[in-house]
Amino acid sequence: MKIRQIANLLNADVLCGDALLDEEAHSACGSDMMSDVLAYVKDQAVLITGLVNPQVVRTAMMMDMRCIVFVRGKRPTPEIVALAGENHIAVLVSAYRMYEACGTLYANGLGTEA
Amino acid sequence: MAETLRFHYDVDGDNFTSAGAASVEVKRKLRQVGFPTETIRRVSIAMYEGEINMVVHARGGSADVYVEPNCITIVLADRGPGIPDVELAMQEGYSTAPDNIRALGFGAGMGLPNMKRYTDEMKIDTEVGKGTTVTMKVYVS
Repeated sequence: MKIRQIANLLNADVLCGDALLDEEAHSACGSDMMSDVLAYVKDQAVLITGLVNPQVVRTAMMMDMRCIVFVRGKRPTPEIVALAGENHIAVLVSAYRMYEACGTLYANGLGTEA
Repeated sequence: MAETLRFHYDVDGDNFTSAGAASVEVKRKLRQVGFPTETIRRVSIAMYEGEINMVVHARGGSADVYVEPNCITIVLADRGPGIPDVELAMQEGYSTAPDNIRALGFGAGMGLPNMKRYTDEMKIDTEVGKGTTVTMKVYVS
């Protein structure tokens, strides 16, 4: 699934990373605990979280992720968006709750491809 | 790369916002050297968790990284409170981090277990009241 499609499905605003919208993501990880994200490397390209601080971006960088989706309408600060942009990570903001966001993406095939 | 590359960082214990900056820098340097992606990821995740631990528990410390062609060694040293029961601290889910750290997305009791998970060797030297030194090795696959 392309990042553009993720943004469309979640009715999300794209805060940075327009150039990454045509990149493919094959899996995602939804969590507000960054240590849990770091515990399981499975080449997830997308991090879905309701946590807003710079460590979210650093966690995504450590995991070589390409896209962060902030759910529940949480808006990251300009510093957080800049840090993501400098590191070629797209930042999306969706009003969906975590459960709805994960369910919507999963039902549309993200993470279910062989 | 014939000789050992060495990188030294001071980890600021008062600034959670900048925690992890040294790990990001190491990741960038290892990329420049041209190590495999998986090796770089293991090193940077283990070091990142260690850096976070030093900021959360020990008011910062130092990080030294030794890069050899077939092995990367990370030495994290602090003068924090030490770890009274290392075996307990190694259990997944066990954490002494305060609630404000949990609110920041850490303190799930996964830091030390993650560091062990991603490295080939890990040694913890700790003394209560004096500090802790964690030495981790990742062999290049």
